[in-house]
Amino acid sequence: MRSTDLGFRVGIGVFAAALLLIVAGIGLTLANDSSLSLQRFGLDFWRTSNWDPVAGEFGALPFIWGTLYSSLLALLIATPVALGIAVFISELCPQMLRAPLIFLTELLAAIPSIVYGLWGIFVLVPAVRAAEAALPDAVRSLPFFSGPPFGVGMLAAALILAVMVVPFTSAVAREVLKTVPMTQREAAYALGATRFEAIRAAMFYARTGIIGAMMLGFGRALGETMAVTMVIGNNPQVSLSLFAPQYTMAAVIANEFTEAANALYLSALIEIGLVLFVITLLVNVLSRGLIWSMARQMPSRAVA
Amino acid sequence: MVLLTSALTTRESDHHRTPTRVEGPLKIDVDRLSFFYSEKLALEDISIKIQPNVVTAFIGPSGCGKSTFIRTLNRMNDIIPGARVEGRVCIDGQDIYGPGVDVVALRRKVGMVFQKSNPFPKSIFENVAYGLRINRLTSSRSELAGRVEESLRQAALWDEVKDRLHESALAMSGGQQQRLCIARALAVKPDILLMDEPASALDPIATQRIEELIYTLKTNYTIVIVTHNMQQAARVSDFTAFFWLGRLVEFERTDKMFTAPSEKLTEDYLTGRFG
Amino acid sequence: MNAMGTPSARKILSAIFVGACGLSVVLALVPLAFILFFVVSQGIRSLNLDFFLHNPKPVGEVGGGMANAIVGTLMLTGIAAALAIPVGILSGVYLSEYRGSRFASLVRFAADTLNGVPSIVVGVFAYGVIVLPLGHFSTLAGGFALGIMMIPIIARTTEELLLLVPHALREGALALGATRARAVFTVIIPAALPGIITGVVLALARIAGETAPLLFTSFNNAFFSTSLMQPISSITVQVFTYAISPYEDWHRQAWAGALVLVSIVLICSMAARIAAARVSRARVGVR
Repeated sequence: MRSTDLGFRVGIGVFAAALLLIVAGIGLTLANDSSLSLQRFGLDFWRTSNWDPVAGEFGALPFIWGTLYSSLLALLIATPVALGIAVFISELCPQMLRAPLIFLTELLAAIPSIVYGLWGIFVLVPAVRAAEAALPDAVRSLPFFSGPPFGVGMLAAALILAVMVVPFTSAVAREVLKTVPMTQREAAYALGATRFEAIRAAMFYARTGIIGAMMLGFGRALGETMAVTMVIGNNPQVSLSLFAPQYTMAAVIANEFTEAANALYLSALIEIGLVLFVITLLVNVLSRGLIWSMARQMPSRAVA
Repeated sequence: MVLLTSALTTRESDHHRTPTRVEGPLKIDVDRLSFFYSEKLALEDISIKIQPNVVTAFIGPSGCGKSTFIRTLNRMNDIIPGARVEGRVCIDGQDIYGPGVDVVALRRKVGMVFQKSNPFPKSIFENVAYGLRINRLTSSRSELAGRVEESLRQAALWDEVKDRLHESALAMSGGQQQRLCIARALAVKPDILLMDEPASALDPIATQRIEELIYTLKTNYTIVIVTHNMQQAARVSDFTAFFWLGRLVEFERTDKMFTAPSEKLTEDYLTGRFG
Repeated sequence: MNAMGTPSARKILSAIFVGACGLSVVLALVPLAFILFFVVSQGIRSLNLDFFLHNPKPVGEVGGGMANAIVGTLMLTGIAAALAIPVGILSGVYLSEYRGSRFASLVRFAADTLNGVPSIVVGVFAYGVIVLPLGHFSTLAGGFALGIMMIPIIARTTEELLLLVPHALREGALALGATRARAVFTVIIPAALPGIITGVVLALARIAGETAPLLFTSFNNAFFSTSLMQPISSITVQVFTYAISPYEDWHRQAWAGALVLVSIVLICSMAARIAAARVSRARVGVR
């Protein structure tokens, strides 16, 4: 009996090990296939902003800029909405509405990125263009709003990313709020708190987990490819302006991979992929750590 | 205006206290209260009159409505969907379920301490200051600090924590946490203090300290305490109410209830025939 | 003693907060409605028999369909499923059976990490592992990339479902003398099977909508193909190609393709929900 159980464990374990192998494999393959570029350019790859592979110029700064900028903006826009939804569904809404609302937010999460991108090109971008053009000149002079109103650009990308990130962040935040003991809110109510104040007390209790949820959403935004590349304009420039067409790491890989004419070009793109992999890995690990530590913080009933 | 209460307390022994003799208008006057969770009847036709500055204990088997009842006194049941109340609950002569009642203000006036201590994940100081802050009851930092100290002294906790006010409340022992929750409730200066099995999660020493605390608080507050521990009720309270299956079976001065109860059901419970 | 009234500022703030939360819900549902509206209204016009039966016409010509893309998506998800289902389910079994072990924690960490890897990066990985050695794009490479993405989803779902199976079932089997392997395969997995199938279906629906990992693995193919070793078309890549093109007719077809994708997702989600409701109802009935 023992040996078959052991055989079972090992047999199944091999399949489980596949997961470890895959993750390690991704890291190793990316590192290996980008070694050409890593050795040739070193850190300058990420410090220069001129991306012109045809002329042999490989400055990847615009990509990391575009990725971080678009994801941060998306986070800024999405967080209040996502938290509002999470609070509404878990604390405020009537019982009947709960399941349908959860279903609808899950539907939002399930829509494929390409569909978001399609809608982005034909509906969102024209709308953003019109809004950009309608801004008064006084506002236009600010660095955030400078440049011609193309429609495609950082703003459109941030908006579409925000919409895509909201359902995910709110689902995690909802789970986190569920773990807050009811007695925390009751304590607040018993002291004369209003609805807002009691919910605020619950959110304070869950603050680590909520930050974790936000970071998970941020991680999602970092890696988003299709929707972004269809609305961001795909122009490798570093710009503060929301109107400016820019580029992200995921987008440049998607667009230029099949056109990379030589080994160095390909290696450079793979290096971009490697850095994207590492960044998203760190963000995800950090955010899951935060959520996990919140689960541990729950005060164990101390014995006197 | 509350007439002077004449508090005649004779401590004959540590385990037996004669009730205070009080006069004056009722603090809590409950008239034919029934309470429903959706369609399920949880409390049936309860009428009880509680005077100011006494300790009233609610005893009875678990699940018979004691906690539900005290939660009607500060309308905590409002946050449960499907909760419905019939009858009147008057505090200081005003029906708290009447139209136009400010629930938030009511809960300042009627404080509550819960079965399991539930301090906020903040410092000791911030926990006690919470009620003062949200209700804007103080106007300066020094006034706030003064009120916090006063409440901690009332809860017999000041000496133990005065040097670590800004440490986390969660680092305290269970008994200390519960006293902190009492201090937190007292900070907003309620008239009535509801205590839902405040010592059930504590060891005997911590329990004794809570019971002593209740005795000292009585002079300034009207206290209603739910307990599953009959001996505790006998030690601590002036009046006792026996609940059974959502009904109030008997309400009597504690010494009389425990020596010569009027109802057979009460006697059976007290002598341990069930429960 | 205390003032009887609560300042209205606090009450107003609370009301504003509640309103803001409700507003967020509306704010999130508006894009959803918007997208669904456009996809349905634009897509339905171009969804005809041609779409399902014909291959794309040459550039610039009007008409044609996505027959090859539909078949391509089916093949790609089929390969992905063939790879991911056994690996995913068995990994899930390990994670639930040997929960506490350090190895299981490591595997769980790897699964969650893999879940967070951007799909484009998975595509680059598949490129390095399959496309480079073979020297060309292929259906196999695309299916492999999608399969990699599916494995952690199925593994975690399986793990969670197996943990829901009541202990009594497992103990009963073991008490009758079954080996661990027997107990798992003949009792526990069948008990969790409806949920596992639901999880697989949902993962398939999600994978069918992926574009990025296919861009340089299965690439695209203007012609009908069922070969594993050739590049193949897929609905998602085709929609992308059409969307960024300048041709009006291709835009129409892109919307139609999007409608097909969204329908797949919708149907699978609803089916999963109904199945889950049926399972939980049955469970309650048993007790």
